[in-house]
Amino acid sequence: MPDQSDDTDVIIRVNNLEHSYGSFKAVDGISFTVKKGEIFSFLGPNGAGKSTAINLLITLLTLQKGEAWVAGYNVADDPQKVRESIGIVFQDITLDRDMTVWEILEFHGRLYNMPREPRRKRIEELLQLVELGGKRDERVKNLSGGMKRRLEVARGLMTRPKVLFLDEPTIGLDPQTRMKMWDYIRDVNSTGTTVFLTTHYMDEADHLSDRISIIDNGKIIITGTTWGLKNSLGRDHIYLETSDNERAIRSLRDLPAAGEIRAKTKGFNVPVTIDGTKALPGILDILRREGIEVTTINIHKPTMDDVFVFYTGKEFRDDPGARGSDINARQSGRRGG
Amino acid sequence: MAYGFATIYWRDMIRFIRFKTLLFASLLQPALWLAFFGIAMASNFDRLLAGAPVIPGVRVIGYLTFMGAGIIAMTTLFTSLFGGIVILFDKNWGLMREILASPMNRNHIIFGIGLSGITKSFIQAIIIMVFGLMLGAGFFVGYTPVQTVFSILGILAFVGMFALGFLFLSAAIAISMESPEGLQGVITLLTMPIFFASNALYPIDAFPEFLKVMSTYNPMTYLINGIRYFAIGPDFMAIGKHYSYTTGDILVSYLGLIVFTVLMFILAWWRFKKAIVT
Repeated sequence: MPDQSDDTDVIIRVNNLEHSYGSFKAVDGISFTVKKGEIFSFLGPNGAGKSTAINLLITLLTLQKGEAWVAGYNVADDPQKVRESIGIVFQDITLDRDMTVWEILEFHGRLYNMPREPRRKRIEELLQLVELGGKRDERVKNLSGGMKRRLEVARGLMTRPKVLFLDEPTIGLDPQTRMKMWDYIRDVNSTGTTVFLTTHYMDEADHLSDRISIIDNGKIIITGTTWGLKNSLGRDHIYLETSDNERAIRSLRDLPAAGEIRAKTKGFNVPVTIDGTKALPGILDILRREGIEVTTINIHKPTMDDVFVFYTGKEFRDDPGARGSDINARQSGRRGG
Repeated sequence: MAYGFATIYWRDMIRFIRFKTLLFASLLQPALWLAFFGIAMASNFDRLLAGAPVIPGVRVIGYLTFMGAGIIAMTTLFTSLFGGIVILFDKNWGLMREILASPMNRNHIIFGIGLSGITKSFIQAIIIMVFGLMLGAGFFVGYTPVQTVFSILGILAFVGMFALGFLFLSAAIAISMESPEGLQGVITLLTMPIFFASNALYPIDAFPEFLKVMSTYNPMTYLINGIRYFAIGPDFMAIGKHYSYTTGDILVSYLGLIVFTVLMFILAWWRFKKAIVT
């Protein structure tokens, strides 16, 4: 059945989606909508259920429970129509090692039935964009990891689809290429393509997205605009390290300007609803009266890290040190985050 | 999406030509069968049957000519049954996801693989015919050039239909399997009865009853009937047995191949529809 909602602004609608592998619930009853023309992100650690959710939306997995519409078509009833409306960049390398760079793009364009002229033109544009112009006749197996990733992203951009799904698009890219990729994703978005992105990079979600859903253990924790989520944590965060953190937190609990104080490894974070520089003297007064010595002070606007920690109640599981194992997982098997 | 299969075909042919060793081996292998097994067996059979009674007016053909048709069929069987293996590799390397998530109708994957398999089988069949003629097989004896061309087309029509059927079967197995080793095992199990319970290397008349039934309804037997009819003629003697085919027999054989191929397509279509590749 078609998407019967009156809201013509919505391009993806998901109602109570669930998916299990055996007894493991990878996606646990998520509902959300994506508006036409926006960049929407699933932000969460590896294993949160992001890729499973994407695989359901792009019709590679069959729906077990719940409903989903993409570009106005029901994912279960009209998979063919959904596939015609979308483009995908997979999380894993899915390139034929024995084909050349040019052949990979040509094959993809032909799969999507692009006419010859625009297809050839797009290939040239994209080869320039991802700086693989000099490698066009090189076989994929001779490319470096970063080049392969760039080629994959270029492939996902071959067709200008209504919705572009990007599953961890910048994994394994150097910072420069990442920035360039972000620019290009924004360019594509500005031509009217809705972008659905999964990422475990806070900065990526923050820089690119109009709206973000924080996802963990198969559930959506919260959805909002990037600024809305950050503002919901208070106007400023004052980070303090003191001689006695526990006592300091207790003595600041009744401070009128403070939200919920959260302990960090070496100090604690005090969210305030007024300008941090104005709130700070009062806080320091209280601590001085209690005889607590302050060793470090830092005032910052709430970041996506703060948002994530606040709403999931835990530090982000995927620290940079864990990224090595992430790359390995990409090569050995699939069904990542 | 009318030309989706052409895209799959294009890619599979790139791979066929690119792997030089594999290409060379796949072209050389049938010729070697004919050269070693064929000549060895022929020298024995032809000596043993030297004094056998003959029917006046019926052409007696040597064993090499007889089994040459069997070798074409065998090569087509092997090439086709292994033709689907690319699907398993694509699946395991994640390449199939790109294709399955694209708007291309999934039947085009099956047709594209089928078409490239047919191309490979045609090349091999022609090589065997040429090589067989060089070794002294009595193909197309007494044919006019027009008849020869017509006969080659007839052989290719049989080879093509047979190859398509087994490529569909191979594709259906490949999309359902997890490991290349498993696929290899299943295919090896299949090739034995199909190849040996047929008239490829010997007549089936003296078989025990159940083997005879198996052989009679074996697509391999249909294919070999067709090849012998076109390459040797409708009436000949080989290994002391009189073979005669009517046009009706040959049409029935071809119809048998069509039925088999349609059934295999339905099987592949069903397996692909159910395929979940993530």
